[in-house]
Amino acid sequence: MKAKIKSAKKSVRVSAKLVASVPAGARAIAQTNHKPVPLNERRLNFGAKWNYAPAPEDFKYIKLAPRHELFINGKFIAPSTGKYFDSINPATEEKLTEIALANGQDVDLAVKSARRAYDKVWSKLPGRERGKYLYRIARIIQEKARELAVLETMDGGKTIKESRDVDLPLVAAHFFYHAGWADKLQYAFPGRTPQPLGVAGQIIPWNFPLLMAAWKIAPALACGNTVVLKPAETTSITALRLAQIFQEAELPEGVVNIITGAGDTGAAMVNHPDINKIAFTGSTDVGKLIAKSLTGTGKKLTLELGGKAANIIFEDAPIDQAVEGIIAGIYFNQGHVCCAGSRLLVQEGIYPTVIRKLRDRIQTLRVGNPLDKNTDIGAINSRSQLEKIRELVQSGVAEGAELVQTRCTLPERGYWYPPSFLTGVTASHRVAQEEIFGPVLSVMTFRTPEEAFERANNTPYGLSAGVWTDKGSKIFKMVNKLRAGVVWANTYNTFDPTSPFGGYKESGFGREGGVQGLSAYLRLGLCQGTLPTSRPNTRF
Amino acid sequence: MTKAPALFKPVKPSRQTGLPLPTIDQIMVEERAASFTKRSIKTTAKLAGLKMAVSMMDLTTLEGKDTPGKVAYLCRKALQPLDARYDVPSCGAVCVYPNMVRHARRFLGDSSPVNVASVATGFPSGQVPLRVKLEETRRAAADGADEIDMVIDRGAFLAGDHAKVFDEIALVKEACGAAHLKVILETGELVTYDNVRIASQIAMEAGGDFIKTSTGKVSPAATMPVTLVMLEAIRDYFYATGIRIGMKPAGGIRNSKQALHYLVMVRETLGDDWLTPELFRFGASTLVNDVLMQIVKTVDGNYQSLDYFSLP
Repeated sequence: MKAKIKSAKKSVRVSAKLVASVPAGARAIAQTNHKPVPLNERRLNFGAKWNYAPAPEDFKYIKLAPRHELFINGKFIAPSTGKYFDSINPATEEKLTEIALANGQDVDLAVKSARRAYDKVWSKLPGRERGKYLYRIARIIQEKARELAVLETMDGGKTIKESRDVDLPLVAAHFFYHAGWADKLQYAFPGRTPQPLGVAGQIIPWNFPLLMAAWKIAPALACGNTVVLKPAETTSITALRLAQIFQEAELPEGVVNIITGAGDTGAAMVNHPDINKIAFTGSTDVGKLIAKSLTGTGKKLTLELGGKAANIIFEDAPIDQAVEGIIAGIYFNQGHVCCAGSRLLVQEGIYPTVIRKLRDRIQTLRVGNPLDKNTDIGAINSRSQLEKIRELVQSGVAEGAELVQTRCTLPERGYWYPPSFLTGVTASHRVAQEEIFGPVLSVMTFRTPEEAFERANNTPYGLSAGVWTDKGSKIFKMVNKLRAGVVWANTYNTFDPTSPFGGYKESGFGREGGVQGLSAYLRLGLCQGTLPTSRPNTRF
Repeated sequence: MTKAPALFKPVKPSRQTGLPLPTIDQIMVEERAASFTKRSIKTTAKLAGLKMAVSMMDLTTLEGKDTPGKVAYLCRKALQPLDARYDVPSCGAVCVYPNMVRHARRFLGDSSPVNVASVATGFPSGQVPLRVKLEETRRAAADGADEIDMVIDRGAFLAGDHAKVFDEIALVKEACGAAHLKVILETGELVTYDNVRIASQIAMEAGGDFIKTSTGKVSPAATMPVTLVMLEAIRDYFYATGIRIGMKPAGGIRNSKQALHYLVMVRETLGDDWLTPELFRFGASTLVNDVLMQIVKTVDGNYQSLDYFSLP
């Protein structure tokens, strides 16, 4: 019997090409029926064999008022300037509505209303009552999630897939999470007496309009503060829709006030004498200005600023999943993410493989109408942002980097940039140093783990980083060496309200989310009964 | 000529393949697989996708109670799944036990567009001696099978004897003669994605023309993440060798929505070249009528009850 099997094996023809990759001890190989494709013709073909038909999300049922007023003291009121500015849909360049322009007088009104609400109502409410309001708001957000997602997409250009599956669930989660803390603050800080700060002035960016509003408002209210919020000028609509939800939830008047406008409006708020705390998310330049103007005023400050995060791929990484992590890191939300993994550091041994996979993968990213459910990359938020991206990519090419882009056709109207990456980038290139804030990745290589964290830390920023390796010990080693507020291991751009978020160095200070985020809205008295002092908060 | 003795006994023989095998991150691969289900396939794309799915279907009956009569039902259904006015292609193959191969061949004729696939090698467990496996394969091929669906020796694989798994596949491939070989990994028994990836590599290098997830007799059968791991293995193998290996998820795909999700995954992982029955198949017994029902709905605008669709 044995002899028979052996002879069967012997008769098998052996292909020389396959022999090298046979497992040890294996003896027999049959020839394959397939004719191999020559090396220079080996490519994947992401063409038009099976095209997806348009799958647009319905938006016609959404009523958008032609004019949006300021939300002060629980009511929508006209700005004292009498002026309005246009809000544009960046995917079509069509005007969506007009937004009120607030000046110093309006800011003063909003701050006074917040102060009154703080003194008379909100600071007197027990935590569990504040929690009830927050729970109610969270539930209404869930009920209206689809409408809010569509509005977010029309207002900011992000894809409906992301606003539906990422932004809105997180918005509700932040309100739910902080609702839970409202009556448990003393347990969050054992031995301390947590006290609210008073009136919080909050300025949020345009990349995650509703989510940033939730990040700011939910902890502030849970901790017993009242709020004056200024959304970014290009994306004010959903914040004002949130104001309607506050009305529906019967949140006491003045607890949250929303003023709209550009930089001057924000400056008026920052400089208002009756504000106790400023929380700002936005560019590092503006953050520095705010920090300067607050010096010596006693106002508390948290800043969440820019980033130039390193996404580090080791040779022993799960490579196909790491490529997904690269995609999630830089092309999520058109790269308009402060924690975007915009510097890819690849270990040299796998560099060609990663680049090949990345080339293939970006071909499958669909760019276009953000309201189409199959769109992966939406519109760039504004013309000025688009110009900034173009200018930086130009500089990268001029400095010798090679630009790789998808071969997709972009819509004629609107602001668009195809998913791109730059290879041959070194640490001295501008595209390796400056925040592009668009769907553009700078690819660099390294050889050893030491080099990886040295290069990763070689930036004025320090918001986030990513590490990809199958080796747990390497993850811990890297995490301890990386100077970044968030380090993701074998994942990227994953958010949760329980997890604190914030930066090192020029990426700002203070944390949002988790227990650490609560402390940014509290004065922590040293022991029971003593009055809170203005002791700076160092619990990070 | 004597071979020099190995200095070290290899701990993981599979890692000595020509291609370095990447590990698989469970969470991310499952997230990625789930992302394909978010694609919204409507109107024309839906119709085209559903028809493509029919053409890729291996209509399957693998039961102890199979009879030539039952196989006749299956063959006729595979040849013409739906009334001609819907312009639905015939299925890729019928998949039967070796004893039924000659009946299937007889019903389909020699120049049928529908292939005859036969499971073999002690399906589903594979727990029979090698010579029996080879003999079964030869007979199925001699009876007229165009495709052989073999099972790997999971016992040997899990015991670390990857070489044995490799040898068996290579020998079965030889026994197939002209018939195409699909290698069933039975991923439900391999359990980890890393194992699926290693087994895929062994199956491809040993001469499999297709790699297939499951027998359908073990739960879990085909899942999106497992299929994705195998598609990625096929992709890397293509770049390394220039050889296009086919993929067949089998078991657990019961409705058209799932079928479309799989096609989306193939389209966005391997591209257009794999969107063909030559390189992608569904192994399914109940999927076909759900897909046909959706085709009728898309064309005519309303649903018909299952009574309007002939049973395979």
